[in-house]
Amino acid sequence: MSDASPFAPWRDPNADPLINFSNVTKKYGNFTAINNVDLKIYPREFFALLGPSGCGKTTLMRMLAGFEDATQGTITIDGQDMQGIPANKRAVNMMFQSYALFPHLSVADNLAFGLKRSDMPKSEISGRVEEMLRLVQLTDFSKRKPHQLSGGQRQRVALARALAKAPKLLLLDEPLGALDKKLRQETQFELMDIQEKTGTTFVIVTHDQEEAMTVASRIAVMDHGKLIQVDTPDRVYEAPNSIYVADFIGDVNIIEGRISSIKTEESELIWAEGQRPIRAQTGAGLAKGQRGSFAIRPEKIAISNDEPTDVHNRVCGAIEDIAYLGNLSTYYVRLANGTLIKSQVPNDRRISRRSFTWNDNVWLSWTDTAGIVLAT
Amino acid sequence: MKLARRLLIGVPFVWLLILFLIPFLIVLKIALSDYAISIPPYTPTLDPAAGWDGFKEFFSQLDFENFTFLTTDALYWKAYLSSLKIAAISTFITLLIGFPIAYGIANTPDEWRPSLLMLVILPFWTSFLIRVYAWIGILSNEGFLNQALIWTGIISEPLVILNTNTAVYIGIVYTYLPFMILPIYATLEKLDASLLEAAQDLGCSRTGAFWSVTLHLAKPGVIAGCFLVFIPALGEFVIPSLLGGSRTLMIGKVLWEEFFSNRDWPVASAVAIILLLILITPIVLFQRNEQKQREQTK
Repeated sequence: MSDASPFAPWRDPNADPLINFSNVTKKYGNFTAINNVDLKIYPREFFALLGPSGCGKTTLMRMLAGFEDATQGTITIDGQDMQGIPANKRAVNMMFQSYALFPHLSVADNLAFGLKRSDMPKSEISGRVEEMLRLVQLTDFSKRKPHQLSGGQRQRVALARALAKAPKLLLLDEPLGALDKKLRQETQFELMDIQEKTGTTFVIVTHDQEEAMTVASRIAVMDHGKLIQVDTPDRVYEAPNSIYVADFIGDVNIIEGRISSIKTEESELIWAEGQRPIRAQTGAGLAKGQRGSFAIRPEKIAISNDEPTDVHNRVCGAIEDIAYLGNLSTYYVRLANGTLIKSQVPNDRRISRRSFTWNDNVWLSWTDTAGIVLAT
Repeated sequence: MKLARRLLIGVPFVWLLILFLIPFLIVLKIALSDYAISIPPYTPTLDPAAGWDGFKEFFSQLDFENFTFLTTDALYWKAYLSSLKIAAISTFITLLIGFPIAYGIANTPDEWRPSLLMLVILPFWTSFLIRVYAWIGILSNEGFLNQALIWTGIISEPLVILNTNTAVYIGIVYTYLPFMILPIYATLEKLDASLLEAAQDLGCSRTGAFWSVTLHLAKPGVIAGCFLVFIPALGEFVIPSLLGGSRTLMIGKVLWEEFFSNRDWPVASAVAIILLLILITPIVLFQRNEQKQREQTK
């Protein structure tokens, strides 16, 4: 991967977005589902809309599909204003959460459904259907009806049907929600594979943060109809711009305090009397003297019996609980001032050889760049 | 456990045996007997006191004479054909009226549906006979319909509807409409709205999605509704005798006349047996349709 610059069109000011939301608002009566959203999505991106249910992510997707119109603002796809253009006139296809396979049609007829209604010559349709069946490895199942397929097979038929018309944009509404965990993980890689092969822009709606992190080039974290943070998975995880994002993505420890010093790179937070201030990265919108929250991932906190002297950030506490997850253990450590801190450590030794257990006094430590100070 | 299960299955079987199979066998036996001026009006009758010889004697007297008789008189096959035609046309009209109603109910907001369905079922709260009599009051020459039409000036002479086939069609369509609406509604109501969106997403217009998805998926309900109307309409007796004229020929009416006017029980029974044989085909088809639907929704 060293020969080419990484795929990041959003950093290029000259890149043309495929999708452009500008000041888009959607209201249902008095309820605002989408609140003044600005968003650019670029060709060949695998873009994830992530948020709890009711956050507006599905509405945003349905506006792209043509099932909803914006109350205010404009949505363009490939430079064309989409207001008032119905779903059947858009070069956009959708894979539905329920798959929405036509129960009265065979797999092959489901795939051909959209092609028959396009300007593709009749003679080419069966070839295209074959091609799609090969893409999702369902060649032997072309004559089956949907109810004769397993959940995973149905999911692949739905994907193939949505891709058959070679849309500019593919929308995926919780595409893996109905699959069990193992199959879901396999299918995530298949999805990425297919996305790369076809070069189609994918927009996926999900409430599963792991899924979004795995497949997406960028993630938009949404809440109450607003975009909270739009960034790459690693940035969203390691540099969340708010407590909401830090808390929504993965596991996090939050320590509240007052900001005692602030520099572009590093800030200090006073959080408990008689304790050293915490040093951490500086988040957005902070000012000295303000209240702030220090956010750190459990796996970035080390745990030891003896006081580590080479790091600035270190605190002492007693192990209150241990959650054994097999490959990992999470230690719940109660500090002197009552704060509970989670530290997650890989179990690289057998459990019997672990050097601390319940009620032991231990030291927790982390580097100056491991956590981030955010506005409360 | 096994006993309990057998008992549970046994109850409907015994029920069918006593209330369907045995009466059917009695009717079949009468159909194979001969007309007689006696009580009961046919021979032979089984005399258990005569023993085995009496039993043999009894069976030797049974024959298919009445069935052959049905083929010699044109009245019967004309009545069968006319019944088939009236039942088929009324089923079709019921479908044309019932489908839009079912579709409309399935597409109204949730809170309205129970009330609308209630309205569909409401006529069942009064006696069927009274409702058919009410149609006489509406359709007769001095009836409400003619009065209203003359009063508005649309017509000057009353329309002759009562005692014609038209009145029979109106009666059948009116009576059996709920049997068409309810099964169609049941399939349309289950219809996953995302299927229609998927069809639109793949290039169908709204009407296109209706033709290629809604209609296809409503098919089991349409078939069920058609059978539920066609089967009873075929043997219908009350509606043609009350609303139809002397020229309305339906097999149910013929059957009634054979029994009660001619007192020819054997011929009447033969008519009934043939009617049952005609009905078996659509009933079997109906059952297969139901089974196929169950398999698909599994």
